[in-house]
Amino acid sequence: MTLYVDRREALEKAFIDRDDQVPRGRPRSVTRDALRRFRHNKAAMTALFVFGFIVIAAIVGPYLVPYDYETPDWEAFTAPPSIESGHYFGTDQNGRDLLARTLYGTRISLLVALIATTVSVIVGVLYGAVSGFAGGRVDAAMMRFVDVMYALPYILFVILLMVMFGRNVFLLFAAIGLLEWLTMARIVRGQTLSLKEREFVEAARAAGVSSFPIILRHIVPNLVGPVVIYASLTIPEIVITESFLSYLGFGVQEPLTSLGTLISEGADALGAADWLLFFPGGVLVTMLLSLAFIGDGLRDAFDPKDR
Amino acid sequence: MASVNMNQPLLALAGYTIRFTTPDGAVQAVNGLDLTVAPGETVAVVGESGSGKSQTFNGVFGLLAGNAETSGEALFEGRDLLKLSPKELDTVRGADMAMVFQDPMTALNPAMKIRHQLSETLKVHKGLKRREAEAQALAMLKKVGIPEAERRIGQYPHELSGGMRQRVVIAMALLCRPKLIVADEPTTALDVTIQAQILDLFRDLTTDAGTALVLITHDLGVVAGIADKVVVMYAGRIVEEAGVDALFARPAMPYTAALIRSIPRVDRDVEAVEPIGGRPPDLIHPPQGCPFHPRCRFAEDKCRAERPPLAEVEPGRRAACWFPFIDDGAGTRRGETMETAGV
Amino acid sequence: MSETLLSVEHLSTVFSLRGRSMFAPNVELKAVSDVSFSLNGGETLGIVGESGCGKSTLGRSILRLIEPTAGRVVWQGRSLTDLSAGEMRKARRDLSIIFQDPVASLDPRMNVGQIIAEPLKVAEPSLTRKERRGRVEKVMEEVGLAPEMINRYPHEFSGGQAQRIGIARAIVTEPKLIVCDEPVSALDVSIQAQIVNLLKALKERMGLTLIFISHDLSVVRLVSDRILVLYLGRVVEIGPRREVFANPGHPYTKALLSAAPIPDPAVARARGRTVLKGDPPSPINPPSGCAFRTRCPIARDVCAEVPPPLAEVGADHRAACLFWEEVRADPAVVD
Repeated sequence: MTLYVDRREALEKAFIDRDDQVPRGRPRSVTRDALRRFRHNKAAMTALFVFGFIVIAAIVGPYLVPYDYETPDWEAFTAPPSIESGHYFGTDQNGRDLLARTLYGTRISLLVALIATTVSVIVGVLYGAVSGFAGGRVDAAMMRFVDVMYALPYILFVILLMVMFGRNVFLLFAAIGLLEWLTMARIVRGQTLSLKEREFVEAARAAGVSSFPIILRHIVPNLVGPVVIYASLTIPEIVITESFLSYLGFGVQEPLTSLGTLISEGADALGAADWLLFFPGGVLVTMLLSLAFIGDGLRDAFDPKDR
Repeated sequence: MASVNMNQPLLALAGYTIRFTTPDGAVQAVNGLDLTVAPGETVAVVGESGSGKSQTFNGVFGLLAGNAETSGEALFEGRDLLKLSPKELDTVRGADMAMVFQDPMTALNPAMKIRHQLSETLKVHKGLKRREAEAQALAMLKKVGIPEAERRIGQYPHELSGGMRQRVVIAMALLCRPKLIVADEPTTALDVTIQAQILDLFRDLTTDAGTALVLITHDLGVVAGIADKVVVMYAGRIVEEAGVDALFARPAMPYTAALIRSIPRVDRDVEAVEPIGGRPPDLIHPPQGCPFHPRCRFAEDKCRAERPPLAEVEPGRRAACWFPFIDDGAGTRRGETMETAGV
Repeated sequence: MSETLLSVEHLSTVFSLRGRSMFAPNVELKAVSDVSFSLNGGETLGIVGESGCGKSTLGRSILRLIEPTAGRVVWQGRSLTDLSAGEMRKARRDLSIIFQDPVASLDPRMNVGQIIAEPLKVAEPSLTRKERRGRVEKVMEEVGLAPEMINRYPHEFSGGQAQRIGIARAIVTEPKLIVCDEPVSALDVSIQAQIVNLLKALKERMGLTLIFISHDLSVVRLVSDRILVLYLGRVVEIGPRREVFANPGHPYTKALLSAAPIPDPAVARARGRTVLKGDPPSPINPPSGCAFRTRCPIARDVCAEVPPPLAEVGADHRAACLFWEEVRADPAVVD
């Protein structure tokens, strides 16, 4: 054998049978990649910072403010914002500090959003994944139930609950959450329908994996993207719904407050005490805007095709 | 350059470069390309995915993504396409040069009947009236071999088969009698029988109408039957350019030779094909020297240190290789048989 | 050749499609229609045909990934089609599949180790974590991947590497039969050759039996011992590779051969071609008699009357054409 023939054989062994160039850098899971893209999104990161500030303020703020949300300041009724008096946001008609009330109201609104979103994610994902994966008649029956629930006017539904069980913050949380899961279930079902046709699910079936492990191992993890994106869009929706219900008078009870209640009161005082609408409204708008940017950023991060 | 002369190439790329800025770094997708297409010529541009073959012509048509940057020259009949405003480019695009993509659905509006898609082009570029435009559209559909063209013209794209859709796209490309058609993998998504039909159609159209055709493909088998000239691209550069017969008979660059040998043959019993080991280089961190050297079995120190220029290796053909024609398929060097090497 | 490993008997798979309107009756699509063949151990059967001819459905019906509507699949003397769901899951360790789209067939949220280990978990649940990892690393070596890649995710790999991962998953339980569904058509030509050679090498090393589904005749010619040509879900020709390519007995096979591109300009120009006109007809409403007659260059009136039987045209070589003698008398298109 010549040198060159030997060399050819050696090279063939080295090249042809292998393709083992290890990718650069650390292993990058889909989630890690998405988070990396999110971190590079300036608008979303700014929004996350703003939202984070609001959340922290709502949690610790009330302890730092010299006034509390229910005790009237007998020296200042309907006082405009002022630095000297320490009522930075002014006071309402009952002399209560608006800054403390706004912080407290934000806290309640966020709590409603958090609980309702959690309820809607858990119920919606389970319901949707089971319905989509089962398919056939089970799917049809489960989805018709969702359609019926959709058809009920939810305001009426909430009012009925209020009438039956009285005004109760936790009931409000649950009621909103139980309505929001409907859309989540539909989205998850649609995703599951397309996921279960994917080749990697077929590969698992070909390997002899049974249905339930397939749902747990292959379907649910791949729902993370759409669920996170939709959940981030649900939060502002719930904040708005809560505000709306409170505005109508179905929300939290005095002296407790929420952003919606504050705005409702502020709207009544428009012209006489503009700051009562301006500050809670400003917080709500800022919060919703930053959530919208975060949701947008998450969508870009988890679904980079659309960019 | 602007004066019309018979020997002037239809399309001339010179020092043509495309760079993409990505979060991972700058990607040199196309690097200092020199390429000409003569009127009526059929040029095949061949390469693996990532070789820059599609990006080159997407750039010519102004279809690159936002993070791309082009430099150099792309002269179409003496006008530099890279310097045209989007509006000026629109008058050239679709009228004098047209593009056919791999997936016909990207070129067709799913919500529009074939009739309207075709006549729209004519109305925009030629200023024809509706009736006249539709008559011409129908004639073109018949010309590209669509059966029952009168019925098909009233249908939506999704009602047609893949082969038929590609014919419609070709008809659309031909409507304004362009001087140049660029077809990017036009038959890759189609079955062999349909692929043969479409290639025959291209062949007839280019001979009848004298249209120049640039056929972008990764399949050398397709190239053999239709091209006049073949341009082989690797890692964003041209590595070989030759007439189709010369290229297949005696490839100058080891990469071309390896590409030819890696194709299984339908007309022969072969025990094994010879793959090209490894894979194309990472364009963010391109290797030093010849971009092919990590996969080349003839690579020498010189290949690893210096990049070979694209130079004339024989009259009328160019290759970028320090040792052209070294690969005779036997794994030995030129001029050295097993015997002379002392088996 | 050893004894019969797999025999497919009169297999049919019919899909029921919803009618056009709510009240229209459901439409039946016969994707696979009365297919029979048998396969010996260590043999490779190439299944070719145009898209929509039912070749993928046939492959999946054999593995019961799609439930066949009629007929039997007999595997080592046992009828797979009569097994319960639980028994079928157990039988799957001997049967494997490789998919066309290498990236889509890997779960994007699992790393390479988890992907390859999944069939092993089902087939050999008694393995410890460490043993399983050892098996996965060994099989990665076998398909030419570096074991260091075990923690990587599918999207970090090139198409060729992803297909190697798919192959590793398919062979990790040491199966006897692998259905390869267009395993190279999504890859670049130079990478195709790597994967084809890998499959051939593995087949030799592990004594595998392969069903190789592809629309590319040149790839099929490279890997197969026998060829089955499918048209509208029916077998139109089946026989030894050399015979089918050199001396086809069906005009459809002949047309497929003549349409396949040849990477040699002189040959490509010189050869006579029978280019088929039009597209294959819809499988929902196939032509009467011979399904191919609407595109056949030699069709006569009689072809519309009865479906032609699979006639013996040579040793172990059958074709479903009434005029097979005429087809074979014509000089072969290639070689």
